[in-house]
Amino acid sequence: MLRVDEQQQTPVNFSPELVAKFDEIVSRYPEGKQKSALLPILHLVQAEYGWLSVPAMDKVADYLKIQDIEVYEVATFYTMYFMRPQGKYVLEVCRTGPCGIVGAEKIMDHIEQKLGVKEGEVTPDGLFSWRGVECLAACGYGPVLQIGPEYTFYENLTNESVDKLIADLKAKGNN
Amino acid sequence: MGRKLLLEHINVPGINTFDVYRQKGGYRSVEKALKTMTPEEIVEEVKKSGLRGRGGAGFPTGMKWSFLAKPEGVARYLVCNADESEPGTFKDRYLMTYIPHALIEGMIVSSFALGAKVSYIYVRGEMMPQIRILEKAIAEAKNAGFLGKNILGTGYDLELYVQPGGGAYICGEETALLESLEGKRGNPRIKPPFPAIAGLYGCPTVVNNVESIAAVVPIINDGGEEYAKIGIGRSTGTKLISAGGNLKKPGVYEIDLGLPVEEFLYSDEYCGGIANGKRLKAVVAGGSSVPILPANLFMKTVNGDARLMSYESLADGGFVSGTMMGSGGFIAYDEDQCIVRNTWNFTRFYHHESCGQCSPCREGTGWMEKVLHRLEHGHGKMSDMDLLVDVSKKIEGNTICPLGDAAAWPVASAIRHFRDEFEWHVTHGAEAQTRNYGLAHYADPLPKKEETVA
Repeated sequence: MLRVDEQQQTPVNFSPELVAKFDEIVSRYPEGKQKSALLPILHLVQAEYGWLSVPAMDKVADYLKIQDIEVYEVATFYTMYFMRPQGKYVLEVCRTGPCGIVGAEKIMDHIEQKLGVKEGEVTPDGLFSWRGVECLAACGYGPVLQIGPEYTFYENLTNESVDKLIADLKAKGNN
Repeated sequence: MGRKLLLEHINVPGINTFDVYRQKGGYRSVEKALKTMTPEEIVEEVKKSGLRGRGGAGFPTGMKWSFLAKPEGVARYLVCNADESEPGTFKDRYLMTYIPHALIEGMIVSSFALGAKVSYIYVRGEMMPQIRILEKAIAEAKNAGFLGKNILGTGYDLELYVQPGGGAYICGEETALLESLEGKRGNPRIKPPFPAIAGLYGCPTVVNNVESIAAVVPIINDGGEEYAKIGIGRSTGTKLISAGGNLKKPGVYEIDLGLPVEEFLYSDEYCGGIANGKRLKAVVAGGSSVPILPANLFMKTVNGDARLMSYESLADGGFVSGTMMGSGGFIAYDEDQCIVRNTWNFTRFYHHESCGQCSPCREGTGWMEKVLHRLEHGHGKMSDMDLLVDVSKKIEGNTICPLGDAAAWPVASAIRHFRDEFEWHVTHGAEAQTRNYGLAHYADPLPKKEETVA
């Protein structure tokens, strides 16, 4: 997860709509401080492509007029950015403290069984991947999971509610 | 039951919209502050209120504001810390979700008091729904003339932006947050200089927690002295407590500081007691970083006084027999929970979240995680407990930011108070895989202190 994937070099081209969003974000900061836009822009790029490839990050560096490495070092530091392709839906289950004591590990075991792939791997149909993440600040509603890029929250999980969620997403994803 | 200051209208339908919030008396403090008060008077009111930072450190907000440098011709910034990630804490998420205008209102008044023309709310990236809620609220406020150019015709201009983080606990530390806001890795800065002198883009900056900023609203509306009447001693006002773990009614509660912990834990108005009819084993009172206490020490101090939900009472006994208020992340553990497993879980969290800048924290957290992993999985040694204490002592105080301390305290306190449970994991390694140590004596009344003859 922490290494930049240099295998995939498919060139990317940001659409004018996406660049317009970048421009709006850059306008929030003082002149010359456009680097502040890096985190929000990386979120937009990831929402568009599902992960951050090297060509995409280089393109962001060009846009912000900063060095490529300045993008890589940020993208690898923060846990929300994916350095390799993921499933269409990434199920991120909180595994820390309070969620841990109300059964997060059992939920993760159940997801692993249900999807048939290990943490970080993608299902053969390309629809799902899953991972344990650290505290999502929803400790009163545990166990919880979130699904990007909207980061919708699913609270008070049970095996049954997880099954239903996966079935719903499957139906949605295959359409 | 005290008056709710922050959550008074939380159940009003549509309170998340500008119109309903305004109808319920919202944005009065902006009118009062901008039209009738000077920035200095606002800072003075906040000082009088005794408000202490709600993010965890408990530093007086008014004093923090008064340290802000004001050089001529240099921009000043207010940055709201909404990077809520302390395990056990979810009050800011709640506030931003259900009553976002309380934060926007507080941001306008606070920015005016500090002379900021641009302010940022740094929200953790995982809270994308809350980011969308805040952006909508900002647009509504701007539309109504409470943000933008010449607010309410007073000549004061303010732009407010929401900045998403990228998923890093460390960015809740204020200088790491500023680095992140500048588009860099969240590595905390060496202090001094403090942000009040050189913060965002090298300019004087104040960083405040969501709840602290929202609390400025009632302080300005009713006056600092009124606010200070609530609470006990130096713990003034109300506080949002995030209650989680094995509770009947987990959730976010607004309490008057000074509420007895027993009432908070067991009364139906608050947590309603322990879930499933179990008994309380341990409590983490202020988020995962503060020392964990066994039930008996949590309910009563060693002097036999009932403990209160206040900065001072929770800290009574120091780190020997007390804990801290922290950010108000209240986690209750029932008799079925394993303290060793929980400590391992927390240590894994800190290892994962260490930014890697200082070697005591980078190496020490990983070391503690490994030792706790082997203890939990039945391969521990009797010497491991002393080893853990030793490592924790060598992290504590030897790092740039408090993440090192935050990682060390839960381990040191768990061993201090639950040493026999750790030892049982060594002597009964195989058994510990199938069952837990249980409640043991952790809820028993404390032995009466022998009276000393003068």
